[in-house]
Amino acid sequence: MQTDQQTKATVWPDQIFDVLKEAGVTQVAYVPDAGHSKLISRCEAEKSMHTVSLTTEEEGVAMLAGSWMGGAKGVLLMQSSGVGNCINMLSMFQECRLPLLMLVTMRGVWGEFNPWQVPMGGSTASALSGAGVIVHSAERAEDIRDTVHASALLAFQTYRPVAVLIQQSVIGFKNWSK
Amino acid sequence: MKKQSALDRRKVVAALLADRGDALVVTGLGSPTYDAYAAGDHDLNFYLWGGMGGAAMVGLGLALAQPKRRVLVITGDGEILMGLGSLATIAVDAPKNLAIAVIDNGHYGETGMQRAHTGRGVDITGMAKAAGFKSATTIRTQAALKLWISKFHRQSGPVFGDIKVTAVAAPMALPVRDGTAIKHRFRTALLGAKALE
Repeated sequence: MQTDQQTKATVWPDQIFDVLKEAGVTQVAYVPDAGHSKLISRCEAEKSMHTVSLTTEEEGVAMLAGSWMGGAKGVLLMQSSGVGNCINMLSMFQECRLPLLMLVTMRGVWGEFNPWQVPMGGSTASALSGAGVIVHSAERAEDIRDTVHASALLAFQTYRPVAVLIQQSVIGFKNWSK
Repeated sequence: MKKQSALDRRKVVAALLADRGDALVVTGLGSPTYDAYAAGDHDLNFYLWGGMGGAAMVGLGLALAQPKRRVLVITGDGEILMGLGSLATIAVDAPKNLAIAVIDNGHYGETGMQRAHTGRGVDITGMAKAAGFKSATTIRTQAALKLWISKFHRQSGPVFGDIKVTAVAAPMALPVRDGTAIKHRFRTALLGAKALE
């Protein structure tokens, strides 16, 4: 089981990377997250992508509004605990009909250790929906590629903000023993 | 107590944009948006009417997408105070084609002229410098403004300027509000037919 999860963990970030590259994503804004660490490394090593490390997630939301205004496609990589930080900035996307692709790794929902993660984890989907973001969820590693691909198409072809929630059942348990 | 500035915000913004060339302009919500419109409506103005704290980051995304174009952000002191982390993010990314002008009246002009931190001694130029901006200047006089405008347009960025202006309210001047209309106008002027792909 451990080995199986490790295998999955090594594959899905690469699949997301391939989907992003194929979709023409050139700007990658992120707040570091363990679940996204491999994908961030892949994007940093890719010449066609420019990565921007943020101090807070809403900076990335604002940045990607500018990206689209300038004719570029971007993605925001973040953790569910940062969704609350984004809410007012997301109003730009609804008002201007701008595309946004958010890939959100979940905390506080499944096998969580830290109780402080539970409130934001529990309200992530409804907070995003309330802010006008279309929410998709991937609960199994084998669903990730198609879900991210479909979400990228929906966002960039219909000019709307779309979030993919990557559930903890995909990411695996955080090891607190060391 | 630092000396009061006598600069008028409308005249400052008109001077900032007088020789804009093919620059792309992002304006922060509230008075800076109105000031830019009063200086002359332009298809390449992205007027923000919301997203407080995000103007500089919108400018970063635009600057990265259009590395050959100058991107000018004109925003307010309250607006930049709400997104101070973005000064660090922008300094670290160091886009050469991005310049930020803060029209700083030391107050929240839209909401009843309450004093902002900038009006109580907080030095946002110092913050930009500490974050790593190569160029960060506080401007209080007409002569200093005249010198700084060439940096705003031409100095390798990121460039930051905190322009102290009077807290006198300017006459009403309101640009288009519909976000989709602003978007289409801007993108069509910049990207041509590709804007509607």
